[in-house]
Formats: sequence, C-alpha cells, structure tokens
Amino acid sequence: MYRSAENEIVEEVENQVHPPTSITLKINGTETRLHVAPWTSLLDALREYLDLTGTKKGCDHGQCGACTVLVNGKRINSCLTLAVMKEGTDITTIEGLAQGEALHPLQKAFIEHDAFQCGYCTPGQICSAVGLMNEGKAKTRDDVRELMSGNICRCGAYTNIVDAIEEVMHTQPAPCHE
Amino acid sequence: MNSFSYSRARDVAAAVDEVALPERQAKFIAGGTNLLDLMKENVMHPRHLVDITHLELNTIEDTLEGGLRLGALVTNADTAYHEQVDTRYPLLSKAILAGASPQLRNMATNGGNLMQRTRCYYFYDTATPCNKREPGTGCSAIRGFNRIHAILGTSEHCIATHPSDMCVALAALEAKVHVRGPHGDRAIPFADFHRLPGDTPELDNNLQPDELITAIELPPQGFADHHSYLKLRDRTSYAFALVSVAAALELDGDTIREARLALGGVAHKPWRDPEAEALLIGKSATRESFQLAAEKILQGAKGFPYNEFKIELARRAIVRAFEQALTNEK
Ligand SMILES: Cc1cc2nc3c(=O)[nH]c(=O)nc-3n(C[C@H](O)[C@H](O)[C@H](O)COP(=O)(O)OP(=O)(O)OC[C@H]3O[C@@H](n4cnc5c(N)ncnc54)[C@H](O)[C@@H]3O)c2cc1C
Ligand code: SF4
Ligand code: FES
Ligand code: FES
Repeated sequence: MYRSAENEIVEEVENQVHPPTSITLKINGTETRLHVAPWTSLLDALREYLDLTGTKKGCDHGQCGACTVLVNGKRINSCLTLAVMKEGTDITTIEGLAQGEALHPLQKAFIEHDAFQCGYCTPGQICSAVGLMNEGKAKTRDDVRELMSGNICRCGAYTNIVDAIEEVMHTQPAPCHE
Repeated sequence: MNSFSYSRARDVAAAVDEVALPERQAKFIAGGTNLLDLMKENVMHPRHLVDITHLELNTIEDTLEGGLRLGALVTNADTAYHEQVDTRYPLLSKAILAGASPQLRNMATNGGNLMQRTRCYYFYDTATPCNKREPGTGCSAIRGFNRIHAILGTSEHCIATHPSDMCVALAALEAKVHVRGPHGDRAIPFADFHRLPGDTPELDNNLQPDELITAIELPPQGFADHHSYLKLRDRTSYAFALVSVAAALELDGDTIREARLALGGVAHKPWRDPEAEALLIGKSATRESFQLAAEKILQGAKGFPYNEFKIELARRAIVRAFEQALTNEK
C-alpha cells in the first residue's frame, strides 16, 4: 500500500498502538464475539461486521434516528457510540424483535397502519417505539409525537406512525419485551 | 475520524491520571454524542480516549445542605425523570427534556452536557476560518450567516453561543460543578464555569484539560412552585434554541421575594444579570415588572445582520416565561 519505508513504519506503529479490540456483545439474545478497531461505531459493527443491515445509517451524526437500537432495553443512536464502549451489553436490533414467524406487535401495527413508504427509517422508528414503550412516559398522542421526534421520516409517514404506536400503546400498556 | 487508542478508566483517580499525559492528547468520552460527532467532522482529533462511563459517578443523592448531587455520569434522561429532580427541580427536568431527542438523552451525560461545544456552522466546517477551532484564523460568522449566533458578551474574535438547555436551568438554579484534578477536588460556581470568548475563544470554560467533572450540586432552593423553561426554535421539537429562558420566582402573595432569570441561545455561556433579577425584588408580579427586567438584562445586546431579531424575541420570551412561571403553565 505505502511506497516509502517511512510510511510502512508509520502503519506498523499505528497497528501496535491501536490493536483491534476483542469484545463480546449479546446481540438479539446471542453472545457474539468480534474484533473491532476502537473507532468502529456500534452501527458499523452491526452492519459491516455482523451483517445486521436492518439498522440503517441515515446521517451518521445523531440527527435522524435511522440507527436506533436498544441497549439494555434503552433506545440509543448506534452511530454516536463506539462498539468497544458497549462491551458486555445486551443489544436488540430490528432483527431481534420478532419471535420466529410472529411479528412484534409494533411491526404488525406498522404494516396495518401503512406507517411507511420507502421503509428506510422504519427499523429505527420501530426500535425507538419499543424504547418509548419501555420508558412508559408517553400517555397522549402529543406525547408520542414529542417522544418520537428523534426519528425523522423523509417520506413523511408521521401520522400513520403515531397511529400505529398509539394502537399498541393502548392495547399493551405494560412494557413489551426488549 | 482519526485513529486513536482507547482505555476504560477503573476509577476517578485513574481517569485523571490517564488523561493527564499531554503527549497522549487524550480526552474523556462519556455519552459520545458530542465528541464522536465532532471527531467524525475532523473538528476534534484526540489520539486517545479515556472511557469514563464505568466510573461510579452514576447516582443522584441528597446533600447534607438539603440539596441534590447529580453524578456526572448519570444520563440526561435519568436525571430529568428522576423523582427528586422532577418534583424539587422541575425547571431542570423541563430544560433537559426540551433538548435533543429521547435517544440522545439516553446517552448524553450530565458532565458531557456542560462540556458540549458550540453548534456554529463554521466551527463544524473545517474548510472555513474559525478562531475557536483554529486560533488566529479569524471568525467566519461575524461577516457570514450569523442567524444562530450571540447577541450578548460577544467579542471581535468569536460570536458563538453555548447550545445547552440544561445549563440554562443550572445557571438559574445556581448549581455548583464539582471537579477532580491531579491536585485534588474543587467546586466551581456555575456562573464561573463557562467563559466569554474574549480573545481566547478556543476556551469554552474554565475546566482544565486534566480535570474531571464528578458531580453537579443543586442548592436546596428549587423554585418548584413558580418556574418556566421557554425554548423558542425553528421547529417545535428536536432543534437547538434560538432563544431560551429559564425563569423562576419566589412569591409572597403578589410580591416577588426572589427571582432568577437565565437566557440560552444568546451568548457564549448561559446569560444572567444579577441587577435585572434585583430589579424584581419587592415588586408586584406584573407584566410591567417583567418588562423592566427584560430591558435590563438585554441592555447592551448587539445584533448582527442575521440575528438582530433575537433581541426582540428574547425580550418577549422573558416576559412570557415569567408569566408562565406565575401559574406554572407549560
Ligand atoms: C442531533 C443533536 C441534537 C441535540 N440537541 C440538543 C439540544 O436541543 N439541547 C441541548 O442542550 N443539547 C443538545 N444536543 C447535545 C447533547 O446534549 C450533548 O451532545 C450531550 O449532552 C453531550 O454529553 P455526552 O455525555 O454525550 O458527551 P461526550 O460527547 O461524551 O463528551 C463531550 C465532551 O465533554 C467531555 N466530558 C464528558 N464528560 C466529562 C466529565 N465528566 N468531565 C470532564 N469532561 C467530560 C469530553 O471529553 C468531551 O470533550 C444535541 C446533540 C445532537 C447530536
Ligand atoms: S463564531 Fe466562534 S465558533 Fe463560529 S466561526 Fe466565529 S470563532 Fe468560530
Ligand atoms: S444515522 Fe444515527 S441518527 Fe442518523
Ligand atoms: S418511510 Fe421513507 S423515510 Fe420514513
């Protein structure tokens, strides 16, 4: 890759200073071991190392919510966290919500309410909605709108997204599984 | 993002030791929501990150004085929804919940919130001059698009604002910031924590690079009965403030016994003016009194071509916030 001897040395030194770290994450119920560089975001670890491409990269800057996953049941933006920092945590992505062939109630509701068009924001919307239900702070439709504001939908499916969440919220008031 | 090495600090002393070696160019990382964003933009490029998320600074406890001590590593979400914070310091809860998104608040920590950097577009854009990012290169905002910039306490070197909502409430509540450095502990009154840009805009605050924030202390007085956090922005949620107001009153019937007023989105630090607050003491809680305080705190405000509107916006927001505080309406 590098022609000059100097550059080769630099590369070697870099590799010694920053060896890939071995971490264990529990992803969708399975203990998973992977080797990542310190600067690998959790989002990139999921998508590029584990082929869990359901979680989407929209902005990569915490502004859109497409990368939302649940860490120990709490929703976060996986683009703004380092994989190494999540060592030992329990992570749920959109791929982990269904029980076999049975969709998660929120997945079902999103289909029934036509809560998406292109679908790019949808995994993040659904994981965020699971987090919202775990938090238990949303009571009204306005609360849902405010507490889902971290998820942007380019297609503008907002009305139906709120309909879907409201329905599940009112039929399943207890926190649903992570 | 540049490459860097990473370590996880065992305890507070180790964290301070690990960040102290200057040749390491190390930074603490907590929630990561500001630092990683800026590293991806190549605005910040530490060579080493010290992960402090495992430190036991993650509790909220009563203080002997009757206040509350918020651990630096408690998330913004856990702080805002904490039963004691919500009932005794609702101004703080509301300010936190007015900021960012639920996902970000689940990651963002109390210490990190104080340390977040400006959202000035030129600060983020490494292709443009910026005295805060690269001292001595000039300020692109002064003659550029300065709609989101400051109207108070600016200098010819920088007109950036501090973007935090939480800090506006902490300023009004007169919190204290507890820090640990190589030479021990010290407490910084909130008013002295953040700095004005002056001729050193590269310094946002008075924390030393090798000091760690350990806690934020709230005094007993929480103004739970009469407070308001009013945030005005370009959309109703998930946007930074153009102007925000933390207003709090202690009333004796209709007479104001104590008043607090802090502004966000208008300066390099949460903006307070003790004289504006003093004007309200002993007055009756009327629109006219609030207008006087608004005039006073905005005395000396100076607009730039695209943000002149903020002066009138702030004036009206202050009056509105105090009126809301009277009834605690949202
Ligand atoms: C899209 C978006 C929208 C946002 N909107 C808002 C908003 O409307 N209002 C608002 O107030 N904020 C908003 N934020 C900012 C957010 O609140 C901050 O990014 C967050 O509070 C930073 O905390 P953190 O723990 O993630 O910090 P980090 O990113 O981990 O750290 C930030 C800085 O603080 C330093 N640091 C962290 N902890 C300590 C400590 N204990 N002692 C010493 N130094 C420390 C780090 O070294 C780093 O330099 C927004 C952010 C994003 C990405
Ligand atoms: S206002 Fe401050 S942060 Fe923005 S360009 Fe000028 S010097 Fe940089
Ligand atoms: S990709 Fe993470 S918030 Fe947009
Ligand atoms: S469905 Fe297309 S972005 Fe939301």
